[in-house]
Amino acid sequence: MLRLTDIVSRFKYLPVVLVGAATLMGIEQGAQSQQADDALRALYQRPDAVPYPEDNPYSDAKAHLGKLLFFDPRLSGENNLSCASCHNPSFSWEDGQKTSVGVPMTRLGRHTPTVLNLAWGELFFWDGRAESLEEQALGPIASSVEMAQDLDQLVGKLQAIDGYSDLFEKAFPGTGITLENVGAAIATYERTIVSATAPFDRWIAGDESAISDAAKRGFALFNGKANCVACHEGWNFTDWGFHDIGLPDDQDLGRYEQLDIASLKHAFKTPGLRNIVERAPYMHDGSIRTLEAVVQHYNHGFVQRETVSESIFALGLTDDEVADLVAFLHTLSSDDPAVTYPKLPN
Amino acid sequence: MRSYRQIFFSLVFVCAAAITPLKAQDTVTISQKGKAFSESSVTIKSGAKVRFVNDDTVAHNVYARIGSDKEDLGLQKPGEQGEISFDKPGKYRVRCAIHPKMKLTVVVE
Ligand code: HEC
Ligand code: HEC
Ligand SMILES: [Cu+2]
Repeated sequence: MLRLTDIVSRFKYLPVVLVGAATLMGIEQGAQSQQADDALRALYQRPDAVPYPEDNPYSDAKAHLGKLLFFDPRLSGENNLSCASCHNPSFSWEDGQKTSVGVPMTRLGRHTPTVLNLAWGELFFWDGRAESLEEQALGPIASSVEMAQDLDQLVGKLQAIDGYSDLFEKAFPGTGITLENVGAAIATYERTIVSATAPFDRWIAGDESAISDAAKRGFALFNGKANCVACHEGWNFTDWGFHDIGLPDDQDLGRYEQLDIASLKHAFKTPGLRNIVERAPYMHDGSIRTLEAVVQHYNHGFVQRETVSESIFALGLTDDEVADLVAFLHTLSSDDPAVTYPKLPN
Repeated sequence: MRSYRQIFFSLVFVCAAAITPLKAQDTVTISQKGKAFSESSVTIKSGAKVRFVNDDTVAHNVYARIGSDKEDLGLQKPGEQGEISFDKPGKYRVRCAIHPKMKLTVVVE
């Protein structure tokens, strides 16, 4: 005969079982979101090593020479502007200006981009007109509005500076001072310019306290509702691609001027977002002054035209969400070691 | 009457069967996913086509340089596809105009 107490005793563990099951399910769900988290974090792992091209491998001698050339104003026609005048380490390798001023005090048409983390790049300049850093380096030297140095005379000029011959010979045994080697040395130095670990990287590596809750929410928005990841992907936050993000500038056709494919009208290269706080003002024309304004541009400030990317649409972000995204962008700034001015050969 | 019909349909069937495998061989399909082409290089016979399918979450724009011409498939939204035929033997570079890291070599024999 089944007595009530039996029934009760039979089921007396039920609550325990139920609570246990619920806990397990909770853990299970937690584990799943942990997995999702880990998968997302894996996409933002920093690379272990800098890639150097086979035809211009790294050497200390080349990187050293490249740094001297990068900081040497004698690479310019009037001996007054170096690469670092515009790509200034104090502004995370930009110049803090809307657009910079070249040799004959002419304003340039586009804002100075950073040279940070370009070792991983594909095409260079806002419009992708250079295929490599080697090729890129000679562009600004010769450009009549930048350093305005007659390239035919550059080799002679460098030969006349005691010390460069030795340095070139060490870096490029047998070929010495040539234009090609100037490009190769500068490119090698540029590839060593890599942003150091930021709070964001420490968080990716597992330190939960490295960034604020607002920044964590911002990161989730970045990869979700705000869709930034459609273009700013990976540890350097760029797809190295070309997009029209709907800036009002309608004079500069960007990538289309180099490659006449209709979808490239008004398309510019996606900049990486490392040290972005230090790199204001923003965009190819330096037209946006703050990160809040950048996020509001994506939220609802873009112009409508045929070529605007499919990945740009009204986001409907609240003010709090905008603030979270900005908080996240702040975690990408690293405490990079100070860059020392090199002693130049004389 | 009926037999004519049967003959006609069997002829259609035989023809279709004969053509289908040829067609399949003549067109190689390349998928675009995760901002990458599914292959880095393909080898095809001259006159064959390469079909580009956008299996991605973002738009792409495949183009190829063929001699002095440019074959431009235009903007492809997710789910869309397009084809390029390669008529002359040689080595061609296909690239996405939006994402220049997406590169494919087509070898035409
Ligand atoms: C007068 C200012 C100025 C000087 C001097 C200058 N640059 Fe630039 N640099 C710019 C501007 C502006 C751009 C963008 C131009 C464009 O995209 O059309 C740029 C673009 C670049 C880029 C492309 C970055 C990218 O993300 O694609 C690199 C690399 C670069 N410069 C390196 C150098 C080197 C090396 C030197 C010295 C040989 C140099 N620059 C001198 C202003 C300058
Ligand atoms: C369709 C691709 C795309 C999407 C989506 C996108 N960006 Fe951009 N982003 C770009 C491009 C391209 C530029 C440069 C545009 C120009 O200067 O013409 C840029 C520029 C920026 C800049 C300025 C960088 C500099 O060096 O001046 C910031 C900051 C930025 N984006 C953040 C974001 C954030 C945050 C989101 C999401 C709300 C986002 N982007 C979404 C492609 C994109
Ligand atoms: Cu693409």
